[in-house]
Amino acid sequence: MNKIVLQVKELGKRFGEGCPRCSGGDPTALERNYCPACGTVYALSDVSLDLFESEVLGIVGESGSGKSTVLNCLYFDLEPSGGEAFIAQYKNGNESIFSGSGQTRRYIRNHVFGKVYQNPVLGLKMKFSSLANIAEKMIAAGNRNVGAMENRARELLTHVSIPHHRMKEAPANFSGGMQQRVQIAKALSNNPPILLLDEVTTGLDLSVQARVLDLVKQIQRELSISMLLVSHDLGVVRMLADRTIVMLNGRVVERGLTDQILEDPQHPYTQELVYSLL
Amino acid sequence: MRPVLDAQNLSKRFTIHQLDKHITGCTDVSIRIEPGEFVGITGRSGSGKSTVLKLIYRTYLPQEGTILYDSNEFGTVDLTSADEQTVIYLRHHEIGYVSQFLNVIPRTTAREIVETAILETGRDAEFARTETERILAHFELDRELWDSYPNNFSGGEKLRLNIARAMVKHPRLLLLDEPTASLDGRSKERVRLLIEQLKNEGTTMLGIFHDLEFMGGLCDKEYSMSLGSFTA
Repeated sequence: MNKIVLQVKELGKRFGEGCPRCSGGDPTALERNYCPACGTVYALSDVSLDLFESEVLGIVGESGSGKSTVLNCLYFDLEPSGGEAFIAQYKNGNESIFSGSGQTRRYIRNHVFGKVYQNPVLGLKMKFSSLANIAEKMIAAGNRNVGAMENRARELLTHVSIPHHRMKEAPANFSGGMQQRVQIAKALSNNPPILLLDEVTTGLDLSVQARVLDLVKQIQRELSISMLLVSHDLGVVRMLADRTIVMLNGRVVERGLTDQILEDPQHPYTQELVYSLL
Repeated sequence: MRPVLDAQNLSKRFTIHQLDKHITGCTDVSIRIEPGEFVGITGRSGSGKSTVLKLIYRTYLPQEGTILYDSNEFGTVDLTSADEQTVIYLRHHEIGYVSQFLNVIPRTTAREIVETAILETGRDAEFARTETERILAHFELDRELWDSYPNNFSGGEKLRLNIARAMVKHPRLLLLDEPTASLDGRSKERVRLLIEQLKNEGTTMLGIFHDLEFMGGLCDKEYSMSLGSFTA
C-alpha cells in the first residue's frame, strides 16, 4: 500500500486581525468566509488532507473557495495563520514544515515541491530564455554545472514538446499553452516527489488543454509523482484524480473517491457543482 | 470456503438538496456470492439493480448495511467503511467493473487503455505490451482498431474492449452492469461466450441484466429486483 507523502493538518489562513465575534472558529459568525464585524477574511479554515505516494488528489471548488490558497501556503508563497504540514523529507515528518527556517523552506521549495501557477507570469521569468528559466530553479537547488543544467533543461523541454530551435527563446514570445508546458518542465527540473498544480489548463483552448493534460498524465504514469491538482473543472479532475476534495468558503465540505463525488455527491454545494456539469 | 462477497441489509437513499427530494435506490438488500459463482440480478429499469452494483464498487455509500468482501490482500474488508486507499487498491487489483458504457478516455487508444489497466496491477511494461496484444486478439478486436481511439468504435467493439480492460487484471470479483444492453444479437452472443469462458476459468461474477433469459443458462443464482428490493 502507498505511503503518505504529505499530510496537512488544520491549515488556516486569515487576512485581517480577527475580532471576538469571529475568532472563536464558529462558522455561523461569518458571512461566507468574511466577518461583517471586523472585515477579516478567513481564506482557509481547518483544512486537512493526506496525499499518498504517486497519487493525484483533486481539489475542486468555486473561485474564492480557498483552493489556490492551500497550494500557496504549502509552497511558502503565503504564511499560514495556523495549522501544520508534514513531509517525510523534513525531520522524518515529525515537525511541521511551517516551523522551518527560511533556509529549510527554500530547501523544501526547491527539492520537494514543484509548482505550476495558473498565471505563467508568476512561475516564469518572462524575458529570460526557457533554458535559463529551468536553470534558475536548478541553481536555486545548488546545481552549478552549466553543461549538465543545459542538458537537463533541453531534455525536459523536449519532454514537454518545446521545439529545439525555440528553447533559447523567452516565454514572453510563447503561446499560453507553451508557457504552461515550460512551467511544467521547470517544476520537474529537480525531480520533486510532489507537484502542486494550480488550474494548469484554465484559460487554454480545448486542444491545447488536451496536450497539457496528456503531459500531466504521462508524467504521473512515468515518474509516479504525487500531485495536488487544483481545478474548478470537474472534467479535468475526473480524468486525472483518484480522490477529490471539495472546498467552499475556505473549508473542506466533502471528500471521497472521485467517482463517488461525481455520482453520489452529498453536500448541497457539491450537488450544485455536479449538476452544473455539462 | 468463505464467500467472496457477503452484503447484508443494504439501503441507499439519495437526497437532492436543491429539489428537497429523496429518492430510494434500494432497501434492505442482501446478497451472497460464493467463489466461482455467477450471480445474476434482473429487474426493470429503475428497480435498483445498478444501485446495488455501485454500492459494491463503492461509487455509492449506503445509509445502512455492510458489504464484506474477502480480499486476497487484506482478508475480510467491509467495503462500506474501508478507507479510500484500500478501495483504490482493490479496484486496481481485485474488483473489476464493466459498465454498459465505455468511459472513453480522451485521446487514449484501445491498446493504451488495456496496457494502463495491466500496469495498474504492478506488472512491467514489457509484460503489459505482449499481454495487451494477446488479449485484444482474444477478444477479436480488429487489428486496425488497436491503435485508434474508441470514440467511433461500434457498441459491441467498445463493450469487448471494456470487458478486456477489466479482464486483464484477472479480478477476484467482476461486476457486470448490463453488459449486453444495446447490443445486436450477434454481438450479444459474442459477449455471452466471453462471459462463459470467464466462468469456466473460475472468475466470480455478479451481473445485472434486464432480460435474464439470455444469460439464464449461465447463472448459478438469480435474484429479481423490483422497487429497490429483491423479490423472492
